[in-house]
Amino acid sequence: MPSCQELTELVTDYLEDEMSFGDRVRFKMHVAMCPPCKRYLNQMKVTVETLGSVPAPVIPPDVKDDLMAAFRDWKS
Amino acid sequence: MTEARAADKALVDRILAGEEQAFAELVDAHHASMLRLAHAYVSSSSVAAEVVQETWMAVLKGLERFEGRSALKTWVFRILTNRAKTRGVKEGRSIPFSAMEAEDREPAVDPAQFSRKGSWAEKPSQWEVTTPEDMLDRKQAMASLMEALEELPPQQKLVVTMRDVEGWDSKDVCNVLEISETNQRVLLHRGRSKLRRLLDEHLAGS
Repeated sequence: MPSCQELTELVTDYLEDEMSFGDRVRFKMHVAMCPPCKRYLNQMKVTVETLGSVPAPVIPPDVKDDLMAAFRDWKS
Repeated sequence: MTEARAADKALVDRILAGEEQAFAELVDAHHASMLRLAHAYVSSSSVAAEVVQETWMAVLKGLERFEGRSALKTWVFRILTNRAKTRGVKEGRSIPFSAMEAEDREPAVDPAQFSRKGSWAEKPSQWEVTTPEDMLDRKQAMASLMEALEELPPQQKLVVTMRDVEGWDSKDVCNVLEISETNQRVLLHRGRSKLRRLLDEHLAGS
């Protein structure tokens, strides 16, 4: 099984599902038995999900208008 | 032709036929992501906005030559990154993609937090918030997170922005940035790990 320190370096491979079956089993066994690593893995998940919940910037109406005007120019 | 490619082609045909709504759809789908991405290459949001504007003009100009060999999104974003890169170089902010940050061996967690055998000596602290929804209410932590994202090394920032903020899949990111899957994953790992550490500073309960 990986050590806790090794596990912190394997988290992304795990979340990306880029691990051999055996490594994945060993990773999961470690997490199941090790509360600090379980907490660490959750923190990484929350970090990723938080980044994903940042609202997208809105296109200012004048910028969109300019683009549409440029489109009409291009068309003609 | 795959379904996605067929949809791309249909949209391109409508734009080429002069249908304004079709161009508006393309703009709505990508403009915000393009701004974020451009900003990773250049100094300010106003320069990023210029780059995006130029990109749209280049897209219209070149659309006739779009052959559907890549996805429309990839094609648009390659135009964007090329322009943003050129602009960044002019500003003296080139992103050295060859001097791979991926080789940056910075550990995910401060080694001082582990025993010699690699077990936790100083365990990860309990966070005061544990869901992204609650996180959004923590204005201070969110502002710091966005700031920390800005300050990541450029390639890590690009990859984390595209993957986690924009929700792209890894293949698209590799295609646009022209990096390998492995490289992409290492950059993602370094970037995410750093951002977790930053959040930890804000959210660690007593």
